[in-house]
Amino acid sequence: MSLETLWFCLIAVVWSGYFLLEGFDFGVGMLLPVLPHDERERGLMFESIGPVWDGNEVWLVIAAGATFAAFPAWYATMFSGFYIVLLLILLLLIVRVVSFEWREKRDGPRWRTTWTLANTIGSLGATFLWGLALANLLHGVPLNSSHVFTGNFFDLFSAYTVLAGIALMLLFALHGASYLAIRTLGDLCIRAQTAARRMSVLAMLAGIAFVAWTAVVAHNRNSRGILPTALVAAVTTAALLGAVAFTYARRSGWAFAATALSAVGFVATIFAGLYPRVLVSHPSFANSLTVSNAASAHYALKIITIVAAIFVPLLLVYQSWTYYVFRRRLGGEPVTTPAAAVRGASARRTA
Amino acid sequence: MIPLASTVVDLSRFQFATTSIYHFLFVPLTLGLAPLVAIMQTLWHRTHDDAWLRLTRFFGTLLLINFAIGVATGLVQEFQFGMNWSVYSNFVGGGVFGAPLAIESLAAFAIEATFLGVWIFGWNHMSARLHLATIWIAALATWVSAYMILVANSWMQHPVGYKVVNGKAQLTSVGALLSNHFALLAWVHVILAGLIFGSIVMLGVSCWHFLRRRNVELFQRAAKLALIVAVPMTLIQLSVGNRFGAAVTSAQGMKIAASEAQWNTCQPCGFSLFQIGGFSAQDPNPSVSITIPRLLSWMATGSFNGKVQGLNQLQAQEQNKYGPGNYMPRVELMYWSMRTMAMLGVAMFLIAAVGAWLYRKRRLEKARWFQRIAIVAIAFPYIAAIFGWILTEMGRQPWIVQNLLKTSQAVSPSTSPAMVGTSLGVFVLLYLTLGVVDFILMRRYARLDPPQVGEPGMGAAAAVPDMVSPPLSYEGA
Repeated sequence: MSLETLWFCLIAVVWSGYFLLEGFDFGVGMLLPVLPHDERERGLMFESIGPVWDGNEVWLVIAAGATFAAFPAWYATMFSGFYIVLLLILLLLIVRVVSFEWREKRDGPRWRTTWTLANTIGSLGATFLWGLALANLLHGVPLNSSHVFTGNFFDLFSAYTVLAGIALMLLFALHGASYLAIRTLGDLCIRAQTAARRMSVLAMLAGIAFVAWTAVVAHNRNSRGILPTALVAAVTTAALLGAVAFTYARRSGWAFAATALSAVGFVATIFAGLYPRVLVSHPSFANSLTVSNAASAHYALKIITIVAAIFVPLLLVYQSWTYYVFRRRLGGEPVTTPAAAVRGASARRTA
Repeated sequence: MIPLASTVVDLSRFQFATTSIYHFLFVPLTLGLAPLVAIMQTLWHRTHDDAWLRLTRFFGTLLLINFAIGVATGLVQEFQFGMNWSVYSNFVGGGVFGAPLAIESLAAFAIEATFLGVWIFGWNHMSARLHLATIWIAALATWVSAYMILVANSWMQHPVGYKVVNGKAQLTSVGALLSNHFALLAWVHVILAGLIFGSIVMLGVSCWHFLRRRNVELFQRAAKLALIVAVPMTLIQLSVGNRFGAAVTSAQGMKIAASEAQWNTCQPCGFSLFQIGGFSAQDPNPSVSITIPRLLSWMATGSFNGKVQGLNQLQAQEQNKYGPGNYMPRVELMYWSMRTMAMLGVAMFLIAAVGAWLYRKRRLEKARWFQRIAIVAIAFPYIAAIFGWILTEMGRQPWIVQNLLKTSQAVSPSTSPAMVGTSLGVFVLLYLTLGVVDFILMRRYARLDPPQVGEPGMGAAAAVPDMVSPPLSYEGA
């Protein structure tokens, strides 16, 4: 495998990691207006992702940095071409980042409500726009012969790319619910499972529609054979079906594994359809950016390969460790009956 | 078309300047406060004296409020090279700039962000020793992160380890790139700035509590630690800043000539402390000036008889080499940026020295006049840092990469004035709002009494009955 192809795969892996990890903390953010019944439960939801969301967002920083280092032309064209979309993503992410830190820094219901809402809007908006942006890599944008983006903001919106955004929102909401199902106890946990059941079929249908359409787009817009994309799409479909089945069977651990695999499959299907292009040009297909014409110099690729060989495994080790450290379920009293709920409440009062 | 294009350049420059200066208001405090908090936690770990734990939690909260905005605004910086400077991004696309950024994200930022998350929430989840290790790892990672960013920036100031192939700068030696002496000096300069930020903020906050006679015994310790750091660091910074200036003189003569408003080559050269007029080629001689003989020669070259090239001579040389054009940065702005930064540097050293003297005489907690000065001085490192970056970046103009690529040729061709104008407006509004809220929160938490041991989330030493409560809540404090 050439270094260019290796880095194409690595960037796909980093985006997959970003979707897998930040996917559930985006999902938890989306569920904030519907799932919790009181401030305490909202606090629990924040606490379930509090120690890890920052580490999850690191994967985005790495994805952008790796793209700049390995495929500078891809980075330059994509980031300047998707200007407004990325600007909106930045704003949404900034508001979301500060919402974590600031929400608890002052009492008062209005302050907390504001920052809780900010977190939800940030999560929903950023998810939709990342789905839209990545789908555009494959769906194609107008580039000229020097690979400069010649379209405008609205060129990024098509039925396919909008579906990508919506499917990703549904998938992340489901992913977030299945995360809460394995990270919380009691009422909140039960409600997370119920929410997951309610969403799972819709998320599955949207997800399957997206990956199937991706295989078609890869064929039509990127002259790819149907098979490689369809293969990855099939695995993703299986993961989505598994997510529904495990959610209904109340197998929370497996359900989370299935939604995680679906999030990875979302990225993997796009990248399988994309190779050897990195950014498809449409209508002038010949102007597309490929792994070879967008790549950095060989020496630079060698250097960053060595760095990645050391620090990617290390990253996996210490981030796994953080999940191990914060593995304990949050929340209390497994309330199942109204009587137990009263007992639980009075126990809290006396405590 | 030309005036339109120059508008995109101007707007993009203005946006980059605004967002990076803003980002750097938060970065140095993290660079300095992270190791200081780590030291305080280490002191608690060693002595089991609860005072250090309380101070760790107190300054830890300030660190986290500050860190959050640093992270959020850092992402903007990483995206902006591609969004607004795509021609630049392509030009440096052979690894000279992207590689250090990628290494930073993978080998430093990832560690810093992950371990700081563990530190915040990990008080009750691991052994005290392991928990102490997490803050040290995070602090160390912030320093490595700063190095890689400065390697990237220094390549723009003083390109090394590359060759230009097909109009692109390709990395040829990663060793040369990483050991760029510009980067080493800039890093030492920035790390010292960080430690000065951390210690001056700690001193100012402690003095605020002295002034109100609150928690005096506790903040005496904080003030002592702050002074132990501030006195040597401010002193060393004066000398490092000077060395850095000498390196700039040899690589970026124009920057130094402009910051000294030195129109014509001189030997020996006096250092102008203050002047009125003398900031344009038409009016090269100041009407009033105070000059120290030979000092500039010594600062720029290390010899009291050194030669410093003037703006006019450098302009002629550059035109010969790179064609017609204006190669001078904005002289008046450079001159005053340099002086603001340097004078604040001296002022911070004096404040730290006087503070240390008062502390030795056991008068620090009583000297109300000094406490007021120390509170005002919290602003000094911030102002110095702003002008430091204005000097560094605007002093390089018209180049985006010194002698290789001009800023005017580096912007994204696909952006329009309307787009960049919109994003600039949005960033300014958002950043102003964030700045105001951040300031209010920082002030509020700096004025709180440090939490008592035994409160929720006070760590392994405390009995924590309710593990659910957010570990950083200070309710009841």
